[in-house]
Order: sequence, then structure tokens, then C-alpha cells
Amino acid sequence: MTAILAILEQRNGSLRKGAAELLAAARQVADQGGATVDALVCGHGPVTGLDGLGAAGADRVLVATHPDFANYCPDGVVATVAAIAANYRAVFVAATSTGKDLAPRVAAHLGATCAMDVTSVVMAGAMLRVVRPVYAGRALQTVDLAGTPVVAVRPGSYAGVAAAKAGAMDHVTVPAFTRRLEVTGIRAPEKAALDVTEARVVISGGRGLGDAKNFALLEELAAAFGGEATVGASRAVVDAGWIEHGAQVGQTGKTVAPDLYVAVGISGAVQHLAGMRTAKVIVAINRDKDAPIFKVADFGIVGDLFEIVPALTAAIAKVKAN
Amino acid sequence: MKIAVCLRRVPDTTTKIVIGADGVSINEAGVKFVPNPYDEYALEAAIALKDAAGSGETIVVALGEDAVQETLRTALAMGIDRAIHLQGKPSADGLENARLLAAHLASLNCDAVLFGKLAVDDYGQQTGAMVAELMGLPCATAVAKLEVSGGRATTEREVEGGVEQAGCALPAVFTCDKGLNNPRLPSLKGIMAAKKKPLDIVPVSAGSGQVAIVSLALPAERAAGRIVGEGAAAVPALLQLLTSEAKVL
Ligand SMILES: Cc1cc2nc3c(=O)[nH]c(=O)nc-3n(C[C@H](O)[C@H](O)[C@H](O)COP(=O)(O)OP(=O)(O)OC[C@H]3O[C@@H](n4cnc5c(N)ncnc54)[C@H](O)[C@@H]3O)c2cc1C
Ligand SMILES: Nc1ncnc2c1ncn2[C@@H]1O[C@H](COP(=O)(O)O)[C@@H](O)[C@H]1O
Repeated sequence: MTAILAILEQRNGSLRKGAAELLAAARQVADQGGATVDALVCGHGPVTGLDGLGAAGADRVLVATHPDFANYCPDGVVATVAAIAANYRAVFVAATSTGKDLAPRVAAHLGATCAMDVTSVVMAGAMLRVVRPVYAGRALQTVDLAGTPVVAVRPGSYAGVAAAKAGAMDHVTVPAFTRRLEVTGIRAPEKAALDVTEARVVISGGRGLGDAKNFALLEELAAAFGGEATVGASRAVVDAGWIEHGAQVGQTGKTVAPDLYVAVGISGAVQHLAGMRTAKVIVAINRDKDAPIFKVADFGIVGDLFEIVPALTAAIAKVKAN
Repeated sequence: MKIAVCLRRVPDTTTKIVIGADGVSINEAGVKFVPNPYDEYALEAAIALKDAAGSGETIVVALGEDAVQETLRTALAMGIDRAIHLQGKPSADGLENARLLAAHLASLNCDAVLFGKLAVDDYGQQTGAMVAELMGLPCATAVAKLEVSGGRATTEREVEGGVEQAGCALPAVFTCDKGLNNPRLPSLKGIMAAKKKPLDIVPVSAGSGQVAIVSLALPAERAAGRIVGEGAAAVPALLQLLTSEAKVL
């Protein structure tokens, strides 16, 4: 085995969250086969944070610069990866919205297989063995991948490691390519909140809140955590228009794996569980002691959320103040 | 405008998963199969695009064994003009399936090819983008907004912390997300009409690919939950557990 290529994401010159996780996954596989890890960053202009990538497990940091990389440019990234792919045993990306867009394009271009939303990856003889949830997380598939697979690692599956590798910087040439898709920019959401997939703590509300305006209670609880929490939702309340679509957790929404997930007034339908069952700790607040959410919650409080949530907010604020 | 939609037959999303005797697939006994929910957005978008253009043709394509013909008829009942059944067993390697679809789609010369963002059985999340790459076509994935005019498309899709906007020339490939539209239900008239619409069968054989399924298993159940208490009085106990036992604060 030669090396593993980990494609890292940047936006507006900052590395996206998740770079250390992806390097940890790549590092683990590389160490099994005595291989090295190269991190590839495609950008335009300086990207901050590259000097920390050695400590996170990158033997080398490859920087590809092109004016078209000011926005995400799949055609350009595919061409860049294709130009250096012969050096690699596997290509790793984070299974973010960007990574999921990129991975199959790279795979098809290389004639490689693509495994999406991988939660674990190891060497198994000459193959890469990956585990990935299928059927909305209701089953886990273990597959062996031959060739030079493209592996999209689900965020939250790996913790960053301290690896003390060199992280030597190198530049790679961006070959000529045709920009078939032109990404023109990212429109910020109306409320600039932390994305549910990126927050350490997610406070989700369901129909039990009774009205859109009661989401303010959850905003207050999230605020008590001081910048590391955000508000999510069940589909019932997204469909009712109480909160924007981007907040939806579940099978047709987002999959989250935060350290702490608090389900408030959510019954716990299978489609909701599909999006949050891998959270490290789940807390449920529901007045129905038989609600299915209590079956997956580590800790539950039975009762009226309008009484419990404010008390919890005050208690968290007190802990955080100390 | 000529538009193709790739359609997959999948188990209903509320199916209770039972692992089959082979240990690598689900037990299909008693399972209800439906069109992949994300493909319904694609079917609706195809019909709407043709209607907006005022003329053209919509074609639905499915790769699979004979049971997919029932799913294709559902698409025809929604209002798609004709169906193509690529008859054969799909590969466990998504790239092999994409190759078959791409080869056939190339012969159709469409202005747009639509896919679902993902199939709710294998969660492959790859077929559309792979087909686009193989065909050398522009591709926007997981679109929740798609507007076509003057031979160009503009799209929007959700990304972490915002909505990414993009544009491309047609012909192009799009994979469809929730929010794109509200798929229509087949009408009784549509169901009758579907029986007479053309459904062509093309035998194919997928390559074996570079994927071997080792096992399919049910996820470990979370340890049985603990009810900490009732009402606001339980909050101190919860906080204690979060701090000292779960260590998440
Ligand atoms: C194809 C498909 C895809 C789907 N995808 C998703 C998805 O991605 N995400 C998703 O969430 N759902 C999804 N659903 C919908 C899902 O089946 C449920 O309908 C939905 O999750 C229910 O939302 P809820 O828990 O907020 O509402 P409900 O089921 O109505 O639950 C409300 C809960 O609030 C409690 N409650 C009420 N008042 C109070 C109070 N004062 N204090 C405390 N508790 C209170 C009630 O006891 C109840 O348990 C999908 C469904 C289908 C068919
Ligand atoms: N066997 C198939 N036949 C036709 N289209 C398919 C097939 N499998 C997947 N697709 C299309 O590809 C999309 C994504 O599937 P997947 O990559 O498996 O998640 C689906 O929503 C369909 O539009």
C-alpha cells in the first residue's frame, strides 16, 4: 500500500470542521498498512489552518490553487484528483453535503467504487472493509471494496487523533478542465445558526411545542450552552412551517451525531430516530411516558415541557456560569 | 423538452427490517415495495418541465428484475409517457449500475436526466452523479429548486449553513431532494392510461464490480433508557447524570 488521499474541504479560506476526523480515519487505515496520508486542499487564495494538519495525521498537505476554487467546483476537484490518483490506494472524503456530491464524481472518473456514509473503515487483506448504515440506519452493511475506492466517512464517526506527522506542504497543479457546473455562491439562511450536523449539542423540538413561537424556549436552552448548541426539529413541525427545512432531523432530513441530543415534545417515530440514534447521549422530554422516544433515550423526564425546559435552561446556565 | 427519469423500486420506508437467510440482504417476505420516494420528486419535476416547455417526451428507466415493471407502471400512471425496463439483476457496485444506465441514456439524447438524491434501501447516494460523470454531462445533486430557461438550468441545494446556488447548460443531470415539488398521486384515469403506454424491455447484464457484501446486520439496540423522574423536579437529577455519568457538559 502506498498512500491514502484525504480531500479536505475549505470555505472562504477556512478549513471546514471535520478535517481532523477525516484524517483520523485515514491515519488509522494507513497505519494498518504502513502507508502515508496526504491531505488535499483545493482553494483560491490562502487557506488558514493548514499548518495544524501534520499534528492531526497528515504526512503531506497538498494545496491546489485555482480561481474557480473560490466556490466549490466539482469538475475542477475531480480533474485535480484524477491527475494524482495513481499514487493512492484509496480516496477519503467527509460525507458532508459537499463530500457526498464529490465522492461519486471522483469514483466514476477513476472507475472506482464509492462507499457513502461510512462509519468504520479498516484494511481486510487487500481490500478495504467498511461498515455503513442502510435502510435509514435500520441495518448496517459491511462491504469489502477492491481497487482504489472512494470512501465518504460519516461526520461524527471518528474522533481526531494527535499524530505528530510532518504535514509538509506541497503544491499540486490543477490540470485544464471544463467547468460544467458553475457554483455561484452560498445564500446564508435567514437565521445564521450553527448547522444541526455541526453542533456539539442539538436541542430538537416537535409537535409537543404546540406553536411556532414556542421554539423560543428551545432557543433559550440552546443559548444556555453558550455557542455549541443549535435547535433542530421533527418533520411534523417543519411541514407545519414552524421552523426552516434545514433544521429537520431524520430520514428525510439530516443525520446528526452530536454529543448530546435533547428531544423535546417529539414522539420518536422511526423516521426521526433514523437521523439521531447515533448521538452519544440522548435526553427526552415528553409528557407521554409510553412515547417511543424513551426507548432510545439514555435519560428521560416525563412531564410538561413548558415546565421542564425553562428549569433545564436555568440549571444549564448555572453550570456553565461556574 | 425530452426528459428521462431513473427510477428504483424500494421497500416501503416503514418496513420492519428482517435479515434474510443469506445474511447479506433483507427478507422480502411480506415487504411492500414502492417507487423510491426521492424519485417521485424527479418524476414530478420531469412532468412539470415538459408541461412548461409545451412539448416533448418523458421517459422513465428502471434497472432491475421483472418486479420493477409494476413500479414503472406507477410512473406511467403519474403521467410519464413511456417506460424502459433494463432487465437484469443490479450489481452490488453502484458504478456498474451507473454504467448500464449511462450507456442506455446516451442513446436517448435527453435534455435532462433526473434521479433521486438517494435510494432509501441501499443509501448509495451516488448513481446520478456517476452517470453524469460517465456521460460527460453537467450535474447538480440534491436539488431542492430547479429552474430551466433558454437552455440553461439554475439550481439550489442545501449545504451546511446555507443554500448553495449553481447553474449549468443543458443537457444536464439533476438529482432531486425533498422540497423540489409535491409529487402528484396517480389518478384513476392515469392508471387506466398507463396500461396502454409503451414499456420496452431491454435485457442487460451488470458487471460484478469491485464490491463484495460481507454481511447485513441489525444495529445494536441502544441500552434501555432510564426515566430520571417526572416534571421540573427531575432536572437536578438529570443534570447530575449529564455531568458526572455521561460527561457531556
Ligand atoms: C417517508 C417519511 C419520511 C419521514 N421523515 C421524517 C424525518 O426526516 N424526520 C421526522 O422527524 N419525521 C419524519 N417523518 C414523520 C414521522 O413519521 C412523524 O410523523 C414525525 O416525526 C412526528 O413528529 P413529532 O414527534 O414532532 O410529532 P408527534 O408524533 O405528534 O409527537 C408529539 C409528541 O409531543 C408530546 N407532547 C405534546 N405536548 C407536550 C407537552 N406539553 N410536553 C411534553 N410533551 C408533549 C406528545 O406526547 C408526543 O409524543 C417521516 C414520515 C414518512 C412517512
Ligand atoms: N436500479 C435502478 N434503476 C434505475 N434507477 C436507479 C436504480 N438504482 C438507483 N437509481 C437512481 O439513482 C438514484 C440514487 O440511487 P443510489 O445511488 O442507489 O442511492 C435513485 O433515486 C434512482 O433515481
